Amino acid sequence: MYDFAYHRPKSVADAVGLLKGKPEARAMSGGMTLIPTLKQRLARPSDVVDLGGVKELAGIKVEGNNVVVGGMTRHADVATSAEVKAAIPALAHLAGHIGDPQVRNRGTIGGSVANNDPAADYPGAVVGLNATVTTNTRKIAADDFFKGLFETALADGELITSISFPKAEKAAYMKFPNPASRYAMVGVFVAKTAGGVRVAVTGAGPCVFRVKAMEDALAKNFSSAAIKDIKIPADGLNSDIHGSAEYRAHLVGVMARRAVDAANK
Amino acid sequence: MSISVAMTVNGKAVSGKVEARTLLVQFLREHLGMTGTHVGCDTSQCGACVIHVDGKSVKSCTMLAVQAEGAKVTTIEGLAASPDKLHPMQEAFRENHALQCGFCTPGMVMSAIDMVKRHNYQLDEATVRRELEGNLCRCTGYHNIVKAILAAAPAMKSAGV
Repeated sequence: MYDFAYHRPKSVADAVGLLKGKPEARAMSGGMTLIPTLKQRLARPSDVVDLGGVKELAGIKVEGNNVVVGGMTRHADVATSAEVKAAIPALAHLAGHIGDPQVRNRGTIGGSVANNDPAADYPGAVVGLNATVTTNTRKIAADDFFKGLFETALADGELITSISFPKAEKAAYMKFPNPASRYAMVGVFVAKTAGGVRVAVTGAGPCVFRVKAMEDALAKNFSSAAIKDIKIPADGLNSDIHGSAEYRAHLVGVMARRAVDAANK
Repeated sequence: MSISVAMTVNGKAVSGKVEARTLLVQFLREHLGMTGTHVGCDTSQCGACVIHVDGKSVKSCTMLAVQAEGAKVTTIEGLAASPDKLHPMQEAFRENHALQCGFCTPGMVMSAIDMVKRHNYQLDEATVRRELEGNLCRCTGYHNIVKAILAAAPAMKSAGV
């Protein structure tokens, strides 16, 4: 790991100030991705701004119909939160299946969403539940947030302060984890909400995406039978040592049907 | 860049000068000479480096020393009440032959203690196996590790640790 200047601000305003004007500075939340990246010398930031001391960023609140999760909230806290389990059990389930217990004790929702790893779990929930990402400057709708492989709508120096998840009538997340890393080979988040049915797929492509054909079919009939004949094209899906694009395309259908069945339980 | 860092390790106040990039496990092993915490994969997968930071199990190869500023750290060296009285989890590992080469053992023990406490001393085999997903052992096949953790849970409860 190359050395860098380390900062530990106490507030969002101070963190934003430290990042400003430093194009090679990086914010760090849990560090579960950034530290391994630095160890491999895949990144060489001039400054690392550690958000671990910013108390205002951590915590879970229920505001009306929404569960609002602070950017620095650890996966373990979302997984075990009584509020989240009561309001959106699928979100607690998803958080409880990220990585392993030690990763969940450090990793944060804001870090995961800002990094937008193609195999991360949280983007599935953000898009599947039509969440709103709040930053230090604005609110961004889920469908406008994820732009591509490791790419988001966040500007340089812009920080995720919280993510607001509307409660769903029914929702479930099913993933086929890579047996070694626990990253999603394919994960499908299905939600039946006041605004319609949403099906979000993570792990399969370069970035989380929705499957409109499944959403339309499930809107008419929210059962796994309604989507059993929908085939996902393999074009553009990830193909690597862990599985071919065709294999992942097939898994999308399997995981989507399992998610619908789980949501209906 | 040299930075002063201070924390509590196994109940003792410690401090030192580190670089920003110094990992917490390096600080423990190389600065403090506490080599009980192991580095296995160095890629946050194997769990040999698991310690407790403010009561939570973490992989110390994937945390900077400076991130532990002011924290309460517990390592494998801090478990036994005295040299001749092991922690119930260590004793259970010994009784159940839950180790062969012993390299993964410090991390296994630290993860296991955290697991038992989070589950309020009540665990079944499936839970133990799932909870061990962040710890790799290449010798025993886990069977005796699982047995040891199941045996240690009630022993920890009655010992009040």
